[in-house]
Amino acid sequence: MSNTDAHRAAEQAARQSYGKLIAWLAARSRDVAAAEDALSDAFAAALAVWPTQGVPSAPEAWLLTAARRRLIDMARRRQTRETASDHLLLSLEEAAAEADASGSIPDQRLRLMFACAHPALDPAMRSPLMLQAVLGLDAATIAAVFLVPPATMGQRLVRTKRRIRDAGIPFRLPEQEDLPARLDAVLEAIYAVFAAGWVDPAALDQRRHGLVDEALWLGRVLADLLPDEPEVLGLLALMLHSAARTAARRDGSGAYVPLSAQDPSCWNAATIAEAESLLLRASARRRAGRFQLEAAVQSAHAARRHTGRTDWEAIVVLYDALLALTGSPVVAVNRAVALAETAGAAAGLAALDGLADAPKDAPKDAPKDAPELATYQPFWAARADLLARLGRSQAASTAYERALALENDPAARHFLAARQAALRPRRG
Amino acid sequence: MEYLLLIYSNEKDFAVMPQAEHERVTGAYMAYTQALLDGGVLRGGNRLRPTSATTTVRAAGGKMQTVDGPFAETREQLGGYYLIDVPDLDAALSWAGRCPGTQYGSIEVRPIWAM
Repeated sequence: MSNTDAHRAAEQAARQSYGKLIAWLAARSRDVAAAEDALSDAFAAALAVWPTQGVPSAPEAWLLTAARRRLIDMARRRQTRETASDHLLLSLEEAAAEADASGSIPDQRLRLMFACAHPALDPAMRSPLMLQAVLGLDAATIAAVFLVPPATMGQRLVRTKRRIRDAGIPFRLPEQEDLPARLDAVLEAIYAVFAAGWVDPAALDQRRHGLVDEALWLGRVLADLLPDEPEVLGLLALMLHSAARTAARRDGSGAYVPLSAQDPSCWNAATIAEAESLLLRASARRRAGRFQLEAAVQSAHAARRHTGRTDWEAIVVLYDALLALTGSPVVAVNRAVALAETAGAAAGLAALDGLADAPKDAPKDAPKDAPELATYQPFWAARADLLARLGRSQAASTAYERALALENDPAARHFLAARQAALRPRRG
Repeated sequence: MEYLLLIYSNEKDFAVMPQAEHERVTGAYMAYTQALLDGGVLRGGNRLRPTSATTTVRAAGGKMQTVDGPFAETREQLGGYYLIDVPDLDAALSWAGRCPGTQYGSIEVRPIWAM
């Protein structure tokens, strides 16, 4: 057995089993940090032992046994120091016996995900925690994704894990009556992972690269564990529809290509088919929701590859339903853009202007993280485009200016600047 | 795990509360306390007299100082507490959410530091 083979086996086990092992190791103690330490020791032991003794037939079970032993050692050491963790030690040993008796590791990742997205945790920390606890990403990688200094992200993760342990946040499935709200938080956290990867389509940032895949992986795990929850299927369908267009978002020279200008033959047909079948399964449950509706919008866009045209009427109807459900200003901007296609640029612009004029004090149940339109790039890009279509070049140019000031992605900036430069002067 | 449910509200509201409303709140607390007892989770609890009856003591530098009133003036004051023993935070939050005090102020849920 070569060193490389052992490394590969350990990496594969880490990829497949990390979250499962953490979930199992932390479920009783609620101590995610201790579980991570124990598991990382177990991986180190594997890399030392496997090259000489061979990769065990059940690497997952081997790692669990090693990590569990480590956890018990740590609890014993604490016990002699504090004489307090009798109970913890006992429950660890009980749990060990239980797992040995059953011979397999129960998959408790769903419980881990619910703990990571618990309402008693800072919403901004739910996705980072999930990336670390379920996928094993390190703090520096997560920090890069969420544009936070590594030390800061490290501290926040430590604090969040301590809070889970000290506040007694359980690793368990919510009561039936709490499930919809609690599940929403899990879905939001996974979607935030996806969105963080999606903003860098060219994968210029190595550490951001692969985040879309990680989100899809989490989405698939969730869909496996909760196959009857329509919103779970809806989220996976939404992410797959977007992922199917990854290649089409840039042309040969790396320039940004908006959805309406994309060549449908560049879309990934297999991924679209998977998304469509998930959406169909979800709609059979007859419980609509935000993610299903958003996936349905993407499905309507995807239909262009067969029909050659986009069914904007259907998209406006879907956005109407989505707006009624969420009240989100982001949805309202998208709806206005779709409306411009069915009712004309003037109607779309009027809808956008109506948003900007809307009173500042939005309804109390409006999402708190809803971006202010004044600093929301797509609002200004949409406004600029509609003004340009109406021949109001000067106003369009000003709006492009605002959009440019809010965009960091070089390809998108280039696209907006080119649009601005193409405006006809004098009329505004 | 043991949790302390700290009941905060503006005690001035209670001072001017009409008699009928006062009786209704008292009844609600009695029913809530009974539910905690029936659920086998209650470890203790009390209503506190208002801050006008509070005395604060400190002995910084070895010299004892006594001040009438609470340490800090706040909009809501601690008016009572329950000590409960439940499996986890979800159970504690569920009990806290049913406390009549949520309608008049807020309930702070604090885990007890097990020694």
